[in-house]
Amino acid sequence: MAKSKTMTVLGRVAEAIPTLIGVVIVAFLLTRALPGDPAAYFAGPAATLESIQEVRVSLGLDKSLPEQFIIYVADLATGNLGNSISTGQPVTADVMSRLPASLELTLFALVLSLGVALPLGILAATKPGTWIDQLCRIIVTAGVSLPVFFTGLLLVYVFYYQLGVAPSPLGRLDFVYLSPPHVTGFYVVDALIAGDGATAWAAFRQLLLPAITLGLFTLAPIARMTRAAMLQVLSSDFIRTARAAGLSWRKVLFTYAFRNALLPIITTLGMVFSFMLGANVLVEKVFAWPGIGSYAVEALVVSDYAAVQGFVLTMAVLFVTINLLIDLAYTAIDPRVGFDG
Amino acid sequence: MNKPSQTTDMIKPVSGEDGISLADLNAAVTRQSGAAAPTRANMLRHLAYILKSNPMTLIAFILFALMLVAALLGPLITPYDPLKSSVADALQAPSLAHWFGTDDLGRDVFSRVLMATRLDLAIAFSAVAISFVFGSIIGSLSGYYGGWLDKVTGRIIDTIMAFPLFVLAMGIVAALGNSVENIVYATAIVNLPFYARMARAEVNVRRDAGFVQAARLSGNGDIRILATQIFPNALPPMMVQISLNLGWAILNAAGLSFIGLGVSPPTPEWGIMVAEGARYIVSGEWWLALFPGAVLMLAVFTFNMLGDGLRDLVDPRQRS
Repeated sequence: MAKSKTMTVLGRVAEAIPTLIGVVIVAFLLTRALPGDPAAYFAGPAATLESIQEVRVSLGLDKSLPEQFIIYVADLATGNLGNSISTGQPVTADVMSRLPASLELTLFALVLSLGVALPLGILAATKPGTWIDQLCRIIVTAGVSLPVFFTGLLLVYVFYYQLGVAPSPLGRLDFVYLSPPHVTGFYVVDALIAGDGATAWAAFRQLLLPAITLGLFTLAPIARMTRAAMLQVLSSDFIRTARAAGLSWRKVLFTYAFRNALLPIITTLGMVFSFMLGANVLVEKVFAWPGIGSYAVEALVVSDYAAVQGFVLTMAVLFVTINLLIDLAYTAIDPRVGFDG
Repeated sequence: MNKPSQTTDMIKPVSGEDGISLADLNAAVTRQSGAAAPTRANMLRHLAYILKSNPMTLIAFILFALMLVAALLGPLITPYDPLKSSVADALQAPSLAHWFGTDDLGRDVFSRVLMATRLDLAIAFSAVAISFVFGSIIGSLSGYYGGWLDKVTGRIIDTIMAFPLFVLAMGIVAALGNSVENIVYATAIVNLPFYARMARAEVNVRRDAGFVQAARLSGNGDIRILATQIFPNALPPMMVQISLNLGWAILNAAGLSFIGLGVSPPTPEWGIMVAEGARYIVSGEWWLALFPGAVLMLAVFTFNMLGDGLRDLVDPRQRS
């Protein structure tokens, strides 16, 4: 039994490999095989034909596509994504230094939205037709229509300009504070580790508004799925049996119904992450959040190809990893898999 | 007890697309057998019933009609020239003369928001049309023939889905070049998998159905059977998908132009107008960003409500 579970896990990990290969091929095609001459771009506006040719040779762009692909993969294997033109740094270093900011924002937003969406969905499913069900329905329909960049601006206007309770929407920490010593890369956590309560509070205040913006966006799909899954589970025979056997409502709801409803909810999380990583870019732009999303936006403006493609590849690898983790979590939680193992 | 194959089988119906489309199939079958003759009158009565029981759908229909009018008439009904700037009128708050106020160059925000409807709808409609047509063809063929074709297209679609969609759209526009046309292509490419998967599942479950075998025995070719016998059955769920997808396509396009891709500055477009207005939010000139953003939200909301209404019409069992 335990063996079958290990096999399932290994099988799922193996399945991610062709997907990763596909992702690398697409990332390569996006960089190289498309119109426009990167050599002319890298050589700069004052370049002569000879200097463009020189750049082309030095970048390996004069070789055939398959050759270029092999060089690209070899570079990738050593973590080399090329150099960013705008910052002059290797793209890998740029992305790595900015990734914690994005992860901090995304994870905190996810915690916020799960904290609201799960109770809301469960309540709506247990009390269908009541005001809480209606509220859930309104939030779900309105939530999927919200452009994140717009909700972000609206929150800034209300909480920063009108009420003055939020800090200015410029980055992770106000100028008066020093960024905490690097441990996890999450400012709030790092500041707490360093025992600096004031900095942790300031970082938390900066984080709150963008995280709420992003959380509002993901609230809808999670609440919708929770409600639907709970409704379906609650109408099934084993719940009726459990209730007929005289188990308490609380026990039926959480031990029997919710554990089963968790499975489809976890499956939806994959799609939620796809939207979230995209919306992240927009939220980071609105709040000048120094994550990889705003890095990519800055790079796009100056046509910094290496940086943009490095960003796309990083996001895709992150997403594939998340999906893998979600599937593994699914295997771990599913009571039908390895129940007695 | 549980062999590995069984465990994966059990996971499949919940996580895969097939589980959902099977429900659709059941509904399609009951629909076909239940209401064969008086379809049109029934359909109209059903439509009236849905509009009455769900007023949101009615509102969505009205909003949709208004948007179409704004998109079609566009420049004919704007009170001011959306591109004409006048420094004297810059940054005026909403008033009777300028309903939505004026922007930093003194242009009328209402006229610009109205004018933008055409461009935003055009981008969304063409992107969704492209992904519907190509997605249906790819999905139908791989669902019908199976084999290596199915494997290859399945692999490509999985690869597209392995990217966060908005991020992939950014990468495509960055690579293809910064233009409105490429926003359409990028949006079409990232939406294609949904149509291809849906068409594949719908076609696949019917490829050996009785009516298909009958058509084959009467001497119809594969393509003809696909086009006239099988694919029409996949249309109702696809229509729901189109409507929901239109809302997402508008959001996607507006998001791309918000970060400076595609539409270039003087052109009125909701996303770029919000981006331009964003600079004035912190100094209190809220109307520059609020109105285009609110209209964008309303447009997405309309398509989502329309999609939900269509779903009720097409498949009453899925009603929420």
